[in-house]
Amino acid sequence: MLIRTILVRLLTTAVTLFGVAVVVFTLVRVAPGNPIAMMLPPGATDEDIANLTALYGFDKSLPHQFVIWLGGVLQGDFGTSITLRQPVDELVLGRLPATLELSIMALVIALFAGGLMAVLGARHRGGSTEVGLDLTSGAVLSIPDFLWGLLFVLIFGVFWPVLSISGRIDPRMEFDFTTNFYVIEGILRGRFDVVGSTLSHMLMPAMSLALPLAAMIAQLLKQNLKEALVQDYTTLARVRGFSETAVILREALRNAALPTLTLVGVQFTFLIGGTVIVERLFAYEGLGNMAIDAVINRDLPLIQGIVLLFAALFIAINLIVDLSYTLLNPRLRHG
Amino acid sequence: MADATALPRARGPRSLNLRLWLPAAWLSLLALAALLAPFIAPHDPLAQDLLMERLPPFFMAGSEPGYWLGTDSLGRDVLSRMIYGARVALFVALIAATITCLFGSTLGLLAGYYGGWWDRVISRLVEIWMAFPPVLFAVLLVAVMGTGLFSVIAAIALIDWTRFARVIRAETMVQARMDYVDSARIGGANRLTTLAGEILPNVLPSIVALLMLEMGIAVIVEAILSFVNLSISTDDPTWGSMIAEGRGAIHFAWWVLLFPLIALFLTVLSFSTLGEGLKQRFDPVLQ
Repeated sequence: MLIRTILVRLLTTAVTLFGVAVVVFTLVRVAPGNPIAMMLPPGATDEDIANLTALYGFDKSLPHQFVIWLGGVLQGDFGTSITLRQPVDELVLGRLPATLELSIMALVIALFAGGLMAVLGARHRGGSTEVGLDLTSGAVLSIPDFLWGLLFVLIFGVFWPVLSISGRIDPRMEFDFTTNFYVIEGILRGRFDVVGSTLSHMLMPAMSLALPLAAMIAQLLKQNLKEALVQDYTTLARVRGFSETAVILREALRNAALPTLTLVGVQFTFLIGGTVIVERLFAYEGLGNMAIDAVINRDLPLIQGIVLLFAALFIAINLIVDLSYTLLNPRLRHG
Repeated sequence: MADATALPRARGPRSLNLRLWLPAAWLSLLALAALLAPFIAPHDPLAQDLLMERLPPFFMAGSEPGYWLGTDSLGRDVLSRMIYGARVALFVALIAATITCLFGSTLGLLAGYYGGWWDRVISRLVEIWMAFPPVLFAVLLVAVMGTGLFSVIAAIALIDWTRFARVIRAETMVQARMDYVDSARIGGANRLTTLAGEILPNVLPSIVALLMLEMGIAVIVEAILSFVNLSISTDDPTWGSMIAEGRGAIHFAWWVLLFPLIALFLTVLSFSTLGEGLKQRFDPVLQ
């Protein structure tokens, strides 16, 4: 039964991936402008045009073109960027670490801040602290990352300039990266000045992405904690002499965490989606910022590559969340 | 519904009423400003005056009377541009959110009630759509369709219908299992009449709450697209283009960013609070 569930899930994932490829292909093909004309340098001959047209299969029917394109993608050939004149896969994979580091930092902040608010609210349930926390999380929740980003740009760009509001690292920093994971590589090579500079550049974009999710975690986890705190096992822990805070941290949290973790899994893809505009706002050199440039410059191969990578990432995260939920939840396992 | 109205009507706490009236007041003010823009804006929102560039707002030294919220780098009046910007924001909010709501809710109702192939196809489409980062999707769609207000509205509807479809599908599935649906069917109502006459009224509170939420989201999407120069022409006064201009000139004229940002904060907060409040007010279960 479990194997069957997993197989069905994998099959629908394949269908989704195929659908994504169709949508990306269609969108880019219906875009106005001749893609061949944009791929060629000025002064190209008619022969060049004919060669490139044949190479990309533009003289064939649309379904045929789709097959050619998909065949290339499956072999890792995403084409060449028109504006940057480099293979798309190299460009995209070069920017991915920046976006991943930013997203993970945002996730860590959201878990920590949301968890703290939930525990505080559950500890002081029924009092004015809880009401205050509820109002705060309710308001924070309805403001999207774009507006938080603008607010932080304003605060730290003008009124209290203690943090950088643009770029990924101090440009004066002398350090040759062999990977594009600045934080991880900095830690591994013991260069904590590099780590510090990167983190201080990441802090505000990460906060902008983290705040709405933190508020969501605060609300859901507090609700589940409160439900756990009226159960027999928490009463037993209190009778055994644990303080209320200890009961929450040692007993209730473990049992209340599963719904929150499911929420976090689903919301993580939304958070990554938010990097597109937040990176733009903070001039952070990640995938999203590159994507908007690619759209503005009509760099079709690059757009296709970035959109496909994001989609594959989202689908993979959803798949992992679903499968681990199936494996962790005994009711679903035997159902 | 009949049972719910027979019960004594629960009086919500005072805060609930405030939570309805405060956002309603802000949005009414905004609507009034948008309607009366030509009469109340102190200046032409497009008029450039290089002698009046980067004037600070009224509470700072160096401000000019008549330019209450200062001017931008081209000497255009910030307050007037904000008042005209409210027109674009509210227009997009109303039109885009309504189209998105009609489209997405219909698909959600069909998938949730008919099930089978309807559900399979619609759910798979939702899953494919959700695999795209929404902002990138919007930017790409507008690039494909060409810039302009129509493209912005179409992009919002083409992307955000999934929000309605997902939520309404789930709620419809819950309602479809209820006894009242069976009794309507036994009473001779066909499936479509049952869906429209029995199920729809019960999922309506959720639809209204989502609609309000979507209006706030539409305002943000328009601002984001203006911010990356893909909404209407950059000269036209929108909150997003003011923000883009303010972000560029942040070290010289931060007020060009601050005031439209405050307007966006209040507007988004108002739409979502109003949505929540209306949902509680009209939910037959909560009443």
